[in-house]
Amino acid sequence: MSLALDALTILAVSTGAFFFLAGTVGLLRFPDALSRLHTLTKADNLGLGLIVLGLLLQVEGPFAALKLIAVWLLTLLAGATVAQLIARTARPGGRPV
Amino acid sequence: MADFLLAAAGFVLATVAMGLFRILRGPGDDDRIMAAQLLSTGGIAALLLLAAAMSVPAAVDVALILAVLAAFITVAFVKGAPRSEADRA
Repeated sequence: MSLALDALTILAVSTGAFFFLAGTVGLLRFPDALSRLHTLTKADNLGLGLIVLGLLLQVEGPFAALKLIAVWLLTLLAGATVAQLIARTARPGGRPV
Repeated sequence: MADFLLAAAGFVLATVAMGLFRILRGPGDDDRIMAAQLLSTGGIAALLLLAAAMSVPAAVDVALILAVLAAFITVAFVKGAPRSEADRA
């Protein structure tokens, strides 16, 4: 059982790390600000989400698990808000707020 | 398991640090703040991995604080950045 959980953790954390790699490559290689923003949100949401998912399997006690989920939810909320705000400033000619 | 988590933390940090080239190159302030945003998310992920790898539960609290502060960075940027000429009209 523990072996299976460890294997799942390794899988999830590796996939999350891959999403961080993909996000960084996209941030460096994509041609314009809006498409770079698109890769950034993938790294934020999926990369961190998969790493949290992997760590959830290793955690002991419900309180620690809730804390991990809180970190992820907070990042999701912040990421979604921030992506909208940056997109508004990055849009040609657009600079409201 | 701890070794793997430690290696993953190092990998994520190294990856995200490469994103700092975008801060160097720009071209716009938006791109720079995006790289900073990626760095903060990567820092959160690395802290969570370190907390599990080295059994330091307090690192999760640090990650929680970083998650809150990361949102404020960008909101402060959007609110405080100088407005372009087109908007003043």
